[in-house]
Amino acid sequence: MNLRTPLSERTVRSLRLGEEVAIDGRVHIGRDEMHIRALEMREQGKEMPFDMNGGALYHCGPIARKSGGVWEIIAAGPTTSARMNSLEPLFIREFGVRAIIGKGGMSGPTLEAMQECGCVYLAFTGGAAVLAARSIKKVERVEWLDLGMPEALWIVEARGLGPLVVAMDAHGNSLYDEVSAGVEDNLARLKGKLGR
Amino acid sequence: MELERAVEDAVVDMLREAVTTIPPDVQDALRAAERAETSEVARTQLATVLLNMREAEERGIPLCQDTGVPVFFLTGRMFPGLEESIRRGLARATEEIPLRPNAVHPLTRRNPGNNLGEGSPRIVYRPTDDGFLDVTVMPKGAGSENMSALAMLTPAQGLRGVKEFVLETVARAGGRPCPPTIVGVGIGGTADQAAELAKESLLRPLDVPNDDEQLDALEGELAEALNCLGVGPMGLGGRTTVLGVRCAMAYCHTASLPVAVNLQCWAARRASRRIFADGRTERRQ
Repeated sequence: MNLRTPLSERTVRSLRLGEEVAIDGRVHIGRDEMHIRALEMREQGKEMPFDMNGGALYHCGPIARKSGGVWEIIAAGPTTSARMNSLEPLFIREFGVRAIIGKGGMSGPTLEAMQECGCVYLAFTGGAAVLAARSIKKVERVEWLDLGMPEALWIVEARGLGPLVVAMDAHGNSLYDEVSAGVEDNLARLKGKLGR
Repeated sequence: MELERAVEDAVVDMLREAVTTIPPDVQDALRAAERAETSEVARTQLATVLLNMREAEERGIPLCQDTGVPVFFLTGRMFPGLEESIRRGLARATEEIPLRPNAVHPLTRRNPGNNLGEGSPRIVYRPTDDGFLDVTVMPKGAGSENMSALAMLTPAQGLRGVKEFVLETVARAGGRPCPPTIVGVGIGGTADQAAELAKESLLRPLDVPNDDEQLDALEGELAEALNCLGVGPMGLGGRTTVLGVRCAMAYCHTASLPVAVNLQCWAARRASRRIFADGRTERRQ
């Protein structure tokens, strides 16, 4: 199923864990430094160079190249979302993001913010950089390039960004929590069986 | 001068190969993993990995946007100007391929944009009396590198302690290092040596057994146990958490048992060249 941004709360709340989707429309690409700067500017009451209400935020630091004055995304797979664990709950509440695309999942406070505000986490395959770049049709603009190419805010137009798995839904469920509970049990059992 | 130019060109060439293609042993392991998975989510992850890999190779573009920080392993005949040649090659590769400019100042986070900085790239020198120089590059992404771990165990914890530490490290890493991973384990030596052994062990192809019988058996036992954890491709659950385990060891202090784990994401990229004294360069597997 393809979802078009901006996303409504109703659409996002209807998504089920394990469901496969793809994203069409505007996507905001940003990671560590983008979160830090956006939250600092918001605290200082400054105007934002973006509107992420209903938007999709993609955790990614792309390889981009400028030729003939136009930016082109060469490779753009997801980065590890857990690095943004301490920043994301506030980011979701402040900026109205409806979908976070990344890899590896996020922690409890983010899951709570997602449930509260109506937002989902869509898992993309780590390293799928060529497939992702192919689905990015256009770079609308780039902001905060002073942070460096991987850390800048890239606003792009995507068609069929995916396959994405709904890994954290808007009702407090996380596929990662389910997997990790099983892993803890398995770890205890395997340790008991270890040979010397 | 000719030799310096040969090294510079080889660095560009081998980085291009490394970031756009996956070595055949890793490809085989990924395909076998896809066949072994039974859950739809896990199979989708591996199918996406394989499709992405083919597209990257066909189009000659980096298969992952995290082209890593390259670690260079040099074995053989060294010569003055070698390090500068590697640095020039890396700066050129960053521009030409392109690589993502990943190297930043650790505290100010300033990015010079060319992957060069103090101590970067990391180069491991192993001088020998040979008439040639072997250069191997491993572009190491941060997702997996960030999950590295070191434990200074007590001798009493022994082999069992080593196994537990490896299992715990992979379990706690979950989906963050882009599983299925290859797990490098350095046992013994000093703390820094254990970490280096763990990293360097990742260079041995998956279809080449360990020369040391005991370590070979340990690799097999650990791989089997790790694939019972259930982390699965990308941490979304499944049978394949690791593609393999690589162990290396060094004698250590009688009061110590250092163990280091270095994880390698599924994009286990590497490339090698042999450079002769006359500047002739040979591609090596």
